[in-house]
Amino acid sequence: MTATLTRESKTLILDPQAILADARPIDRTVPALLVEGVTKRFIVGRAKRPVLAISNVSLRLERGGVVGFLGANGSGKSTLIRLVSGLLTLDEGRVEVFGHDIEREEMTVKRLINRVSVDAAFFKKLSPMENLLFAARLYGMDAGKARGDAIAILERLGIARKRIDRPVEQMSRGMQQKVAIARALLTSPALLLLDEPTTGLDPRSKLDVQTFIEDVRTNHDASIVLTTHDLDEADRLCDRIAVLNDGRVVAEDTPDGLKRLVAERHGQEPTLHNVFMTYTGRSLDDDVEEVEAGEDD
Amino acid sequence: MTLLTHELKASYAFVERNFNLSRRYWGWELAFLVYSAAGALSISFIGAQFGDSRLLLTLMVGAIFWNYLSVVFSWIAETISVERWEGTLEYTMMAPVHRSTHLLGSVAYAMVFGLVHTAAILLAMIVFFPNLAVGSANPLTVVTFFVLGSFSFVGIAMLAAILPLLYVERGAQMTFVLQSVLLLVSGVYYPIEVLPGWMQVISRLSPATYAIDGVRRGLIDGASVSELIGDVWPLVAMGIVLIPFGLWAFGRAERYAKRTGKLKRVG
Repeated sequence: MTATLTRESKTLILDPQAILADARPIDRTVPALLVEGVTKRFIVGRAKRPVLAISNVSLRLERGGVVGFLGANGSGKSTLIRLVSGLLTLDEGRVEVFGHDIEREEMTVKRLINRVSVDAAFFKKLSPMENLLFAARLYGMDAGKARGDAIAILERLGIARKRIDRPVEQMSRGMQQKVAIARALLTSPALLLLDEPTTGLDPRSKLDVQTFIEDVRTNHDASIVLTTHDLDEADRLCDRIAVLNDGRVVAEDTPDGLKRLVAERHGQEPTLHNVFMTYTGRSLDDDVEEVEAGEDD
Repeated sequence: MTLLTHELKASYAFVERNFNLSRRYWGWELAFLVYSAAGALSISFIGAQFGDSRLLLTLMVGAIFWNYLSVVFSWIAETISVERWEGTLEYTMMAPVHRSTHLLGSVAYAMVFGLVHTAAILLAMIVFFPNLAVGSANPLTVVTFFVLGSFSFVGIAMLAAILPLLYVERGAQMTFVLQSVLLLVSGVYYPIEVLPGWMQVISRLSPATYAIDGVRRGLIDGASVSELIGDVWPLVAMGIVLIPFGLWAFGRAERYAKRTGKLKRVG
């Protein structure tokens, strides 16, 4: 990845040609992500009861686009991200990333994707730079170049150079999440999977991350899958939104299209909040209360 | 970049990361080193009190070599449990790296770390027991069994590393139990003939049994490798069988974990 930080504009310029020149087998005519009829069940409990986590989900993300998943906790958003990441096997259906089947061409797909999850998972005693260099080496990057790119990305995200060599455990939750985003970006993913990347961040950090995602999309030629509970964030960042409920896609359209839908069909105010309530049968407040209750357990 | 270069770079990533972890946890590493040295010296003093140099060397070899094997075993077996603990397992599993590359890096660091650790303990032994009767030792035999013992132990350690993949909460404890059983049955501090019959059968399945016996007889009796062929072939056979089997089993376990969702962070 070619990353340049200009002091004047503070804009991180990521050269898409340099990214694509890295022997990436990307066909520009195929969708960034194609999910067809994907189903996933888990066997839970002593009774070995099968639970349907994802049910016959299909979607298509065009190259350079951003698709958002909205849904209550347990609706299957993170499971879908894990299926696309190759961290779960498919029971039924198929997933292609830039035309490459995730099961048959596992290594090719792994080189094309990276993920940021809600919990910024690191070796906490290691510094951001040590964590990032480890990731860079796994993706075949030259260490010297990776170090330069890592500094540029971290500084763009507001992490001062003097913090880069201190243990991650000394950083705030928001800063750790920014390092997680930097780790994903460092490997130049053509498909970026963001699983609630701004959950738990303060408003300023959230804004920093959202702005950075927009930059990445514009300048890095990345396609993005985003799950979020922040409806304003989804409205701002996503071209299309799929609403998941009980593992099924119950509505999918552009943000404006979904708002029109609730207004025309259900006579409600055209807001994403009403879209969420209508198609998931619950309010976001219920969802937040459930998370807080779960954290207390 | 060739595939081999990529894989070697990726292997080195695990070596470098583990080195950084050792550096950042230096306090714990130092404490563990002091504990290991104190344990080895304590056991050696049991031999010293009888004024029997053969007994002293027998116990000393057991303490030093077991330290080496247990360090190697721990680093490899904890490949998964450490990442599960830190929450990084999913990220490592997502990376475009073959599992053999991943494990090769862990094994390489484990062996280097084990040698450095063991050298420090050996130094402590020499300081406390400067007049050891090792004049008739056969260094080639000692080195040969160190190497053979290392590789045959790698396969078992790989199998142990599977446990935290399969058993999210208790896998790490299970690897510790396995390591303890190996210590018990492998004749580390006593001849396996003193064990009950059924335990002697199990001891034949442990590579440590043959490796420690070989090192002991090379160091104390000056036996050559050719004289110890009965210890050599089980180690070679175990290395040849267990390493590929460990890799295969690890792949199967990873597939199972992906099917059942066990790679996910817990806790």
